[in-house]
Amino acid sequence: MRDATTTNSDVKDAFISIRNVTKSFGDFVAVDDVSLDIPKGELFAILGGSGCGKTTLLRMLAGFESPSSGRIEIDNVDVTHQPAYERPVNMMFQSYAVFPHMDVEKNIAYGLVKDRVSKTAIAKRVDEMLELVQLGDFRKRMPGQLSGGQRQRVALGRALIKSPKVLLLDEPLAALDKKLRERTQFELMNIQYELGITFVVVTHDQEEAMTLSSRIAVMDEGRFRQVGTPKEIYEFPSNRFVADFIGTINTFAGKVTDIGDDTISVYCDEIGASLSALGRHPVEIGQSVDIAVRPEKIFIGKSEPEDAIHARLKGVVDDLGYLGNRSLYHIKLEGGRIVQVSSQNRRRSANRFLEWDDDVWISWRPRSAVVLVD
Amino acid sequence: MATSVQDHDSLWQRLTIATPYLWLLAFFLVPFVIILKISVADPVIAQPPFTPTIDDAGKLSATADNFVFLLTDKLYAITYLRSVMMATIATVLCLALGFPMAYGIARARAETRGLLLLLIVLPFWISFLLRVYAWMGLLNNYGVLNNFLLWLGVIDQPIQILYTDFAVFVGLTYSYLPFMILPLYATLERMDLDLVEAAQDLGASPTRAFWDVTWPLARAGVVAGCLLVFIPAMGEYVIPYLLGGPEALLIGRVLFDEFFVNRDWPLASAVAVVLLLLLVVPIVFLQRSQARNAEGSA
Amino acid sequence: MRRNSRFIISTLAFGYAFLYIPLVLVVVYSFNDSRIATVWGGFSTRWYGELLRNEQVLDAAYLSLRIAFTSATFATILGTMAGLALARFSRFRGRTLFTGMITSPMVMPEVITGLSLLLFFVTLQQLTGWPGQRGFSTITIAHITFSMAYVAVIVQSRLSGMDESLEEAAMDLGGRPLRVVFDITLPLIAPAMVAGWLLAFTLSLDDLVIASFVSGPGSSTLPMYIFSKVKLGVSPDINALATLIIAFISAGVFVAWFVIRRRA
Repeated sequence: MRDATTTNSDVKDAFISIRNVTKSFGDFVAVDDVSLDIPKGELFAILGGSGCGKTTLLRMLAGFESPSSGRIEIDNVDVTHQPAYERPVNMMFQSYAVFPHMDVEKNIAYGLVKDRVSKTAIAKRVDEMLELVQLGDFRKRMPGQLSGGQRQRVALGRALIKSPKVLLLDEPLAALDKKLRERTQFELMNIQYELGITFVVVTHDQEEAMTLSSRIAVMDEGRFRQVGTPKEIYEFPSNRFVADFIGTINTFAGKVTDIGDDTISVYCDEIGASLSALGRHPVEIGQSVDIAVRPEKIFIGKSEPEDAIHARLKGVVDDLGYLGNRSLYHIKLEGGRIVQVSSQNRRRSANRFLEWDDDVWISWRPRSAVVLVD
Repeated sequence: MATSVQDHDSLWQRLTIATPYLWLLAFFLVPFVIILKISVADPVIAQPPFTPTIDDAGKLSATADNFVFLLTDKLYAITYLRSVMMATIATVLCLALGFPMAYGIARARAETRGLLLLLIVLPFWISFLLRVYAWMGLLNNYGVLNNFLLWLGVIDQPIQILYTDFAVFVGLTYSYLPFMILPLYATLERMDLDLVEAAQDLGASPTRAFWDVTWPLARAGVVAGCLLVFIPAMGEYVIPYLLGGPEALLIGRVLFDEFFVNRDWPLASAVAVVLLLLLVVPIVFLQRSQARNAEGSA
Repeated sequence: MRRNSRFIISTLAFGYAFLYIPLVLVVVYSFNDSRIATVWGGFSTRWYGELLRNEQVLDAAYLSLRIAFTSATFATILGTMAGLALARFSRFRGRTLFTGMITSPMVMPEVITGLSLLLFFVTLQQLTGWPGQRGFSTITIAHITFSMAYVAVIVQSRLSGMDESLEEAAMDLGGRPLRVVFDITLPLIAPAMVAGWLLAFTLSLDDLVIASFVSGPGSSTLPMYIFSKVKLGVSPDINALATLIIAFISAGVFVAWFVIRRRA
């Protein structure tokens, strides 16, 4: 697999091209020299915590802010300093921003009315949109009479009516409850697939980013920390920030002792053991690195695993939690270090024999762990 | 301007800012500068009745005479002091009556609350002058209050109520009560009732709970309400004129008379400048507290 | 009012009595036949008749209404612009001064505002010859200046409670900034503008002190006329006038209240 840290200048036919974009407000640098290419038809997510610069980046794509420096191109047109109302880009706002004084139909038609399209053409387009977002029965309702989910559909229909080249979605699901969120997620993906419009989603919710998008950029302090497919980002985080930000991960600090063909051996002082893991970064003997392994990649059992290639550690069950489809364990190693383990409850009562203070062995394949350099 | 939206099509935005801005510069700020300027001029019998502060030769001729006169003439010092005192007493009266009222309204059932508030605001829409006037009929020697007291037998002949300081207090309290109640209501209404109940639950008596919980939390409203009463009461002209006696000199009335009766414009300007200086601190306080409230609610 | 103690309830009762008894008495005495306003001489509506035949009152009322209408309209336009500037344009040069100038007229004692404006008009006349005569125009300008502040504050607070992305959404859909103002912003702040206009109108009708300063000979507003009369004591035709005003405004306020409540 290729390294995913770079800002993928290898994407062919970049549809959206962000080149060295920086945005600062006074002394505060919100977006710091960011470059990114997004091909046509992709569902791309920008993921990060609050204040990481993701919203500023989105607002620059929409045209509500202009970059302090750098360039933004959409479909080979430089839009860096084009105002929002001239860009072939539409946005679905986090608050949905449905116009409270217009009914559903007028809300959805707003973008076309501005464009001096004929009345019949508008009516036809509005009908299409109402069908697309399944609001046909609500066309004359005022926003005050709609539920949160329905308002979101109005916002979506309104943003899609002009067939934008790019649709920007700011935390599209944040205001919905859990059940509705899951349904809407798949609807958004279907609509995106059907229309083939490039979607750029900004979210702080990693699950949302993972399920929705074909690629994710993880952002922190105004920079991209990793850009890649959900799988790459989850399985092969390229640095400690990404590893920590996405899901749960156990990390063990140590020094490189041996460099093999595709694995690296590391001696960890803290647990007094040598671990090996997949190495995707150039390292040197003696270098300080972290070994990181996800809880669900760890096997747990009462007896020592027989397979010789496994990394193995001995500990006791410090805490356990039954979550229905899986169980969570906190295993305390001999040095006092806690390791999180998650195991699928495939068979009823499997692993039920594990109780508090039981002695256990935990182990994982070297290929399940990664080496983190920075 | 930082954001790009403002880089484009900003002509109308500039207009939106500039139009009210220029209006206020011309009709609010410049007049103030003129007051300052005339307050350091000499009075003359002419039209207009003051000397130019910049003479034909372009030389500045300013005099501190008006201010010296204000400071040395006891009458003015006493009037300023009386104004501060009257405004303070009126503020205290408004607070004493307004706090329990605001509290009661905030605790009333939601349906009645609207009506109660409306009844507080309604007098505000009715002419201020006529509301003060209404008290003249109530308080004069043959007025309703005297007749009522006579009928009760508390007094056996009419007593002088109108044209006394008491009447001025009544008038000030009456006119400015809504200004006290509204900000108090706003803070009390936002306040979490559970807090008071929690305090009582922890063993505080209702009185203790009030002083420990309600009062400190309502302080922002108290400050705003007091300033909203005190500041206009200081410069009040109509109430002391209609309800107060001839000796009830308040600074607003002195300014008015100095200007219209004595036609001493420079002295009137100086009186205004000193009044403004007295009010600068409370006004700045008020604006700060309102700015903070605005941030809090946003 | 299960939570209110007896003390609170009696204070409320006293407070409302305090606020309304004087007004009720004025209304009652306006139907008093006696010329001596404080002695009851039987029911009559003669003072209303006299009031309507009193040309001075009618002239003053007409002038006041014209001033109130004009100044409220201009104050609403200027105040809305100021409110927009304060709520939507976060940074511009001189913003602090602007904020100060907007809020100051509301707390400034009327005598100071009145005096400063009169001195301003006198100085202006010396320099430019305008205003040759003080009256309608000078009073209107003075009223616009202090009531636009109230409009600005009402509009600003309405705007700050409004989702800013509504305007951005309209812009995003192709609305140019000026279009967006007319499509989105103005319709949404219209209630605040109406409230502001009504307040400005009332403030203008109500003002005695500032108008006394900036008016010239021969132009008396209604409050100025009333004041010149009541200076001398209680007067029955003023009772009648007060009753008309109280009835008119109470009716208006209650109708507005019911409309708002029905809608909410």
